Amino acid sequence: MNIFRIIEQLSEVDADVLGRFDSRRAVFKTLGTTAKRGALASAPVFLASLFQKAYGQGTKPTVIEVLNYAQTLELLEEDFYKKMVAAGQVPAGAPKGAIDLILKHETAHVKLLDTTIRALGGTPVTGVKFKTSAFPADYTTQLVVAQALEDTGVRAYKGQAGNLMGAMAGTTSLLQVALQIHSVEARHAAHIRTMRMQTPWIPAADSALAAPLGPVYTGAIPESNTTQSNVDITKLGAGYTANDAAASFDEILTMAEVLDASRAGGLVQP
Amino acid sequence: MSKILNSGGDEAEFAKPLYVPIKRRSFFMYAGATAGATALLLSGCDDDNVDPVTPAGTVSLGSGDVGVLNFAYALEQLEAAFYAKVKASPASDFSAAEKDYFSQVAAHEAIHRDFFKAAINRDAPGKIIQDLTPNFDSIDFTKRATVLSAARTFEDLGVQAYNGAGKYLKTAAYLVIAGQIVSVEARHAAYVRDLISNGSFADDSIIDPVTGLDKALEPVDVIAAAQGFIKEKLDATSVGK
Repeated sequence: MNIFRIIEQLSEVDADVLGRFDSRRAVFKTLGTTAKRGALASAPVFLASLFQKAYGQGTKPTVIEVLNYAQTLELLEEDFYKKMVAAGQVPAGAPKGAIDLILKHETAHVKLLDTTIRALGGTPVTGVKFKTSAFPADYTTQLVVAQALEDTGVRAYKGQAGNLMGAMAGTTSLLQVALQIHSVEARHAAHIRTMRMQTPWIPAADSALAAPLGPVYTGAIPESNTTQSNVDITKLGAGYTANDAAASFDEILTMAEVLDASRAGGLVQP
Repeated sequence: MSKILNSGGDEAEFAKPLYVPIKRRSFFMYAGATAGATALLLSGCDDDNVDPVTPAGTVSLGSGDVGVLNFAYALEQLEAAFYAKVKASPASDFSAAEKDYFSQVAAHEAIHRDFFKAAINRDAPGKIIQDLTPNFDSIDFTKRATVLSAARTFEDLGVQAYNGAGKYLKTAAYLVIAGQIVSVEARHAAYVRDLISNGSFADDSIIDPVTGLDKALEPVDVIAAAQGFIKEKLDATSVGK
């Protein structure tokens, strides 16, 4: 395996490829050692960790950091739905029933995460509020924001699954708990989307929507993506449309992407 | 370049995609997937990982990550076959909008099936389970209500399956893929539930009202629930182990 050639190729798409590594000298020193050992099998492992370090979210966050990140989003959602109920614009009947149910779940998630973070010896974040000036007065726009929050939540939890691999609280798998919250957020998102006469799943076109919804579906890997694990989904079987290919897989958002001002980060009361 | 490609052996095969010029858009996906691909490549070299002996006529899903992928592949085969039938001969009391949505769901599930087939054959040659034969004798496909009821069963079960199996995956890239699929299954589940009764997308029967958690099922329990819809006998006892 010619690692230098790979880095050269990377430099064609990313001029800063070497700048991303600790230092040019350190990289080549390590590469030299690996090559000397002649351990070809270990080269891909080394390369993978090198790329993860260079292109990942820096140092892997701790479990507490991941849980507090989740808690930040849950508190934001909880406060948003509290404001939505308090504003009194939600029509009685099915719409009110749905919003009340969703709020109940977000409150339950907040309590669960708070308890879990404390049990692990961490300090839970508190006091995260939805930005007052960003709260819409009308019901229609409130639903737009609800959709943005739910679909962001789905992408955010998905993005942290890897950081929770093997994480335990006693005998409970924290990854499983996160997945069990993740699918609830997806159910919420689906319902809010249908309340807005949208498909419950995310079509490719959503990545091209105007703000505030558009940025929810963009990112390094946009929801319009049709390649999974290097497999071109549109070319599977007898072929699939780009829209079905995009909708059949949801995509992740990184912590930095979620907390960006164009997404959930911009909805937090400073 | 050509010299490298001609160097032969598994190592060159593995490295081949790396030499193909990469578009910037797809690059970041690629960087993330590298770790997973590597881990699998190495686990593929491990010949100690022999499937346990299973009774004749029983399909073992296998062990380790491949077992989890086969587990998912089995469920996706089942769902894809179900919706293919719904799409081919929809109940007469389905609305046009419902037919449209169910044909989209049918595409999603067929994609999941085809994706797992491609990924398993690529990453773990020879380890994929056979094509399964669905048994839908208990489902009345002519009535909307019975189709929706079966769809709810399959979708909720799919969510619970991925939620319970995620922790057994040792390769991060596969975990992310599972996460990318399970939320789409949850969207389907919510849609079907709302068609049965609007507002039941996440009601107390499926989401714990105190913890706000969806359900998670162990692979053996998922297969026990799905077995009645599959002619072959499936063995999930080694999945993830």
